[in-house]
Amino acid sequence: MDFANFLIQLLNSLQYGLLLFMLAAGLTLIFGIMGVVNLAHGSFYMLGAYLAWFLASQFDSLVLAIVVGTLIAVALGWALEWLLFRHFYHRDHLDQVLLTFGLIYIFEEVRSILWGDDVHSVAVPELVNWSIPLTENLSYPVYRLVISAVCVALALGLYFLISKTRLGMKIRAGAFNREMTEALGINIRLIHGVVFALGVALAAIAGMIASPISSVYPGMGSSVLIMCFVVVVIGGIGSVRGALVSALLVGLVDTFGKVLVPQIAGMAVYMLMAGVLLYKPEGLFKQ
Amino acid sequence: MSELLLSAQKLVKRFGGLAAVNEVSVDLFRDRIHAVIGPNGAGKSTLTNLLSGDLPPTSGRITLNGAETAGHSPERISRLGLGRSYQKTNIFLPFTVWDNVRLAAQSRERHAPWNPLRWLSAASGMTQVNQRCERAIELAGLTQRSQTVAATISHGEQRQLEIAMTLATEPTVLLLDEPLAGMGQAEAESMVALLQKLKKDHAMMLVEHDMDAVFALADQLTVMVNGQVIASGTPAQVRSDPLVQAAYLGEEH
Amino acid sequence: MSSPKATLEMLPKGVQALLALGAVALAAFPLIPSDSSDFYLQMLSQMMILAIFAMSLDLLQGVTGLVSLGHAAYFGLAGYALAFLTPADVPVSLWWSLPVAALGAGLAALVIGFFVVRTHGIYFIMVTMAFAQMVFFLFFDNKELGGSDGLYVNFRPDASLFGWTGIDLENKTTFFYFTLAMLVSIYAFLRRLLFSPFGRVLAGIRVNEHRMRAVGYGTFGYKLAAFGLAGTLAGVAGYLWAAQTGFVNPELMGFHMSAHAIMMVILGGMGNFAGAIVGAFAFEYVMHFFKDLTKHWQLLMGSFIVLVVVFAPRGLLGLGERFMKKKDVA
Repeated sequence: MDFANFLIQLLNSLQYGLLLFMLAAGLTLIFGIMGVVNLAHGSFYMLGAYLAWFLASQFDSLVLAIVVGTLIAVALGWALEWLLFRHFYHRDHLDQVLLTFGLIYIFEEVRSILWGDDVHSVAVPELVNWSIPLTENLSYPVYRLVISAVCVALALGLYFLISKTRLGMKIRAGAFNREMTEALGINIRLIHGVVFALGVALAAIAGMIASPISSVYPGMGSSVLIMCFVVVVIGGIGSVRGALVSALLVGLVDTFGKVLVPQIAGMAVYMLMAGVLLYKPEGLFKQ
Repeated sequence: MSELLLSAQKLVKRFGGLAAVNEVSVDLFRDRIHAVIGPNGAGKSTLTNLLSGDLPPTSGRITLNGAETAGHSPERISRLGLGRSYQKTNIFLPFTVWDNVRLAAQSRERHAPWNPLRWLSAASGMTQVNQRCERAIELAGLTQRSQTVAATISHGEQRQLEIAMTLATEPTVLLLDEPLAGMGQAEAESMVALLQKLKKDHAMMLVEHDMDAVFALADQLTVMVNGQVIASGTPAQVRSDPLVQAAYLGEEH
Repeated sequence: MSSPKATLEMLPKGVQALLALGAVALAAFPLIPSDSSDFYLQMLSQMMILAIFAMSLDLLQGVTGLVSLGHAAYFGLAGYALAFLTPADVPVSLWWSLPVAALGAGLAALVIGFFVVRTHGIYFIMVTMAFAQMVFFLFFDNKELGGSDGLYVNFRPDASLFGWTGIDLENKTTFFYFTLAMLVSIYAFLRRLLFSPFGRVLAGIRVNEHRMRAVGYGTFGYKLAAFGLAGTLAGVAGYLWAAQTGFVNPELMGFHMSAHAIMMVILGGMGNFAGAIVGAFAFEYVMHFFKDLTKHWQLLMGSFIVLVVVFAPRGLLGLGERFMKKKDVA
């Protein structure tokens, strides 16, 4: 493999890993802080993508679509937490699995009713619809770099929020010891709402920004969910840092695995997971 | 000279920078009760966990019935003859008292889980297991309550059940973590009588806060403060130790 | 798991009577003359097969407390085994292909179990799902294994033995009774297992694994054995499904299949195998009912699942028990 190809695969791994991180961060935060496993997390990714497609066609601008879509996602996340999820924090994981599985069905159907079951494509915004030439015949799409950049920006924002702000401190306190946090007068319900809305928003944004390259289709939620779970398992539940390292690792293994050893293609990541499980059944960065 | 059944030497357990147990050594002899006392946070529960296999030590040796057991799994240590009761009642709440103890007693049967013989026979028909179970329940004084669901018996009875389960595996070494916790006067007295009865043939380590019980039962006394042993010896020796009086007993009495 | 659900192990007399009645009704069904009997025979056969599948999961989930989101992997693997073992021109013998398929699925369960059983709680749920997806993609991505289109099972297995051709599985009624016989015998086996020494250990692991280890049980080995056995029984169901439908595809190992199985077990009530049977029939019935009702049946199905989780977490048998308790008090 020559350098140009290597670079392309490396950039692809990075972009894929960062997108996975957006999803995994939300999932791991929601589980780490509220103890809720959410199988419908992939559905938010799917809904984000369909929202982007729909709004982009209405506004004729993907950027505006993403902004509006994010607001809708935040509202949706907030509403879901308030109406449904907060009643399940103390329930069995089994109940949560089933509840969120039921939600998958509901979301699938809502999408079907609103936007149908067809596959759609979303246009890359004009401004970034060009490629950087790498060699005489190879170039790399700038939009993919934009995706990575947006993810990095959001990751930094998340880091800043959690480590440097008072809200972040309250979130971390809530994860550590809920009763104590409540006793200190911190509104834990508000925190939970914020965290949940944040998780949903991250997933939806990932779907939105990825839509031009992955196209928009009904099954996109479940396929990304599995990878997301693998990332969280490898990284360790509740650890955002673990999710980042793990997502990048998964991105690398998956991309290079498919290119170098096509026979085992999709299996490489699972083999990675199996290997991690043998030595660290609770993930690499488990608190 | 009494037989040494469990010997822990220079046990250390670190959590990050904090040493919860710092160079603690404990010897347990047959027919003797060795009580471990100290204020909350002294490291007594951690010590018990190190001996029972619930936590691996950072360093140190543990010899149980001739085998090295530091860092081994709880099931392996149990099979080597150690029984442990818990401070926070650790029973099978939905099962009856009988089923609780029976399950503990069954653990000593030979067959492996993949043996199909164990798949079709009735568990209730295992005679030797039933006998062991009955003995343990009788010893703990719970025969009247055998058929009652564990979640519905009184707190004191649940503490008795804790002991019964510990005895059902017929261990030679007993680690008892606050067996009198939460008990009223009468219940505590019966428990003390039971522990006195158990002294024969067992090497016992007793972690307790109830000083009356400790001084009534203990042959040996170890005092822990902040993860370290500050005194060890007979109750009389320890009682008169000025360090102990200052750090612990002085405030209690 | 955050809190072990109290499961109903001893079946109340009322429930036992109901089950016996159900078995009799099923046995009598083919004798009722009807125009659409073929259709119903197929449907009931499939429901019985799914009941076996659900029971195998109940062993893992209801009894041992291991919530697997990847149990369909073993269901599908055995189905594919039958597809591969059946030649293009003649049927394969039931007597060796069924054990091979089921034990093959069981072996896969042991291998995957080795990695998966060392995890707990939410990790266990996630990794079982992940490994099942791995199996799904293995078949989905490879044309040699049938790819996304799947494979045909050209003939139902041949039940002849040393020349005796008493059982012809191509006959729908015979197949129906064969499936019923499998359902009843597996139920009987599992009920015995529940109260065997092995079964008691599994129940103990569900309620308090920590204490089980403290009294000397090597719980890893027991959980792995349960995982393997559950996988083998799921394999029996998968084999029967492939034989019944004549077709296998990767969806049989998919996430939806695994999640449906969990739903069936919950819906009926966990831990006694009777609930799994009730749940499988109820779930399939509800799904068919919704599908007939509207194109947007998924909305109804999803809402149904949500309602059950919110209002009847111990399933239909749990509701029945609560109802009977109220009658006693009144």
